[in-house]
Amino acid sequence: MLKKYPTLRYILQRGGWYFITFIIAVTINFFLPRLGNNNPVDIIMGKASSGLSTEAAREKEESYLVEFGLVKKVKGEIVRDELGRPVKSSSFEQFVNYIKMCFMGDFGTSFQKYPKKVLDVILDAVPWTIALQLPTIIFGWIIGNVLGVLAAYRRGIFDRVFFPSAMLLSSIPFFVFGMLLVYCFAVVWGVFPAMGGYAGDLVPSFSWAFFSSAGYHYILPFFSIFLCLAGGQAIGMRSMGIYELGTDYIKYAQWLGLKGNRILGYIFRNAMLPQLTGLALSLGTMISGALITEMIFSYPGLGMAMLTAIQNNDYPVIQGGTLIITVSVLIANFTVDILIGFLDPRVKAGLQMGKGN
Amino acid sequence: MKLLKNLLKSPMFVFGISLLLLTIILAVFGSSIFTVTMDRVGQQYAAPHGKYFLGLDDLGRDYVSLMIRGLQSSLYVGLLAGVIATVIGTFVGIYGGFKGGWVDDLLNMFTNIFIVIPSFVILILISSSFSEGRSLTLIGIIIGLTTWSWTARAVRAQSSAIKTKDHIILAKLNGANTVKIILVHILPYLASYVFMVFILQVASGILSEASISMIGLGPLDTVSLGTILNQAKNTGALGDGVWWAFIPATVVITVIVFALYLINTSMEGVFNPRLRK
Repeated sequence: MLKKYPTLRYILQRGGWYFITFIIAVTINFFLPRLGNNNPVDIIMGKASSGLSTEAAREKEESYLVEFGLVKKVKGEIVRDELGRPVKSSSFEQFVNYIKMCFMGDFGTSFQKYPKKVLDVILDAVPWTIALQLPTIIFGWIIGNVLGVLAAYRRGIFDRVFFPSAMLLSSIPFFVFGMLLVYCFAVVWGVFPAMGGYAGDLVPSFSWAFFSSAGYHYILPFFSIFLCLAGGQAIGMRSMGIYELGTDYIKYAQWLGLKGNRILGYIFRNAMLPQLTGLALSLGTMISGALITEMIFSYPGLGMAMLTAIQNNDYPVIQGGTLIITVSVLIANFTVDILIGFLDPRVKAGLQMGKGN
Repeated sequence: MKLLKNLLKSPMFVFGISLLLLTIILAVFGSSIFTVTMDRVGQQYAAPHGKYFLGLDDLGRDYVSLMIRGLQSSLYVGLLAGVIATVIGTFVGIYGGFKGGWVDDLLNMFTNIFIVIPSFVILILISSSFSEGRSLTLIGIIIGLTTWSWTARAVRAQSSAIKTKDHIILAKLNGANTVKIILVHILPYLASYVFMVFILQVASGILSEASISMIGLGPLDTVSLGTILNQAKNTGALGDGVWWAFIPATVVITVIVFALYLINTSMEGVFNPRLRK
């Protein structure tokens, strides 16, 4: 039926695949934390049953258990044992409940910031993370690749200086680079602020003071991710570019006497696709790395929220955070996949021949 | 042997391998050169002086000792994770690429799922669920079990290109079984490639451990470079400008990873003549 619309079919295929992956990710997210001795159910039960003497504490326990979907329910009524205490539901029932809650966007309630909802904690943090990571990844990718292609094409002195420095930059882990930047620019020279997303005496609002302060606090975290990322991309693009330079079409173009910039454009277009695929594959690592950068700069994003949650054993927030990270990585991958579908003539051709991917 | 000769001609390789050897020597013989002790030897964050030329940490422990322990931990965890990831990844990749058909499709799908789900997330989920008994070995094993997918993908592409070669077809005609073909006829062809991937896996294992320790979910049984950095951040040493609390550790991590990357890149240059000048 969709034979006539190969692109649409491709998108649906990829979408289906990502949906399956999503289900698996949710399953992992539910079962892995329950492996160890510090598992969320025990923590919740412990928190809930502390100080059982009074009626109020007992009610609190029940509300906790119900809120986290840990009690057995029949037709909306809580099943109780002979002492009148709620019966814990089986792992499988908890799992079904968890999936239901996830689909309704309910990740439970934070322990530490009770009664704040996990979703609210995450929603407070996510805009900062997106504002930091999206431009960094896009700019880092573009600039790294342009420099990489230049290094491959020019070689010589430019390459000899550029390549080792790019190598070094890309092997410095995000968090190490972040720490060094904080030390140099914030502690020693005091040019930029060491931590936070905006000055401590400000309240987030649509005012000039707030935005300029946020911009000022943005510079260091931005560069700490940007430079490492651009370095890594440049190295990949350089070897792709060298490979393309040896191909027949480039030799032909050179024999035709085409201008350097024109040839550079051809190389870039052809070497770009594997780089795009590479970007899709490393998005997960990249986003996780950038989360640690947030922790170093105490940047009020998701990374910081996760760090606070980990330090306080705030399980619902940890689990909600990991799920959000996974989902955003999946969405980012899906987007890149679709981009590739539009850009790569081979994918298109393959689809039109009805082979699919 | 000829390969080694070629490699030794590359200054990048020589530099990389020397750096790596230096770190290995420090890790192995460090405790006989310096007195390594985890006891309190002086004031909290005492500045570098005399015998303690890297200063003291939050608990008054000597940073030279901590660095040596941290280096040992990092190399150990990298090696463990690298070996696990490379072995699983290589076999999944070769088997899938060689078999083809639905086995390949299934393994491929499995591999892709593990590539897209961030391994760091899995690490956080498992590590945070263990409040005790979270050892360096456990972390290494988890890292290995979650990062093999890269190797599998890379090896699979190579192996499916090899499977149509004449000698494989001959071996099949002679009735060799799959295991034998994989071990005797395919693996040797991919050995150099697998080794390069292994180097990268070691680097990524070291980085993963440092990252997870950095956020406070590191090993509880030992000191690692990541836990040193975590401590520097948590105690405010970073903000207070106590440089000896984090500069040495950051330098050591970067040097190891840089050395491994150099080795990998230079090997790529030797194996792929096009990259040579």
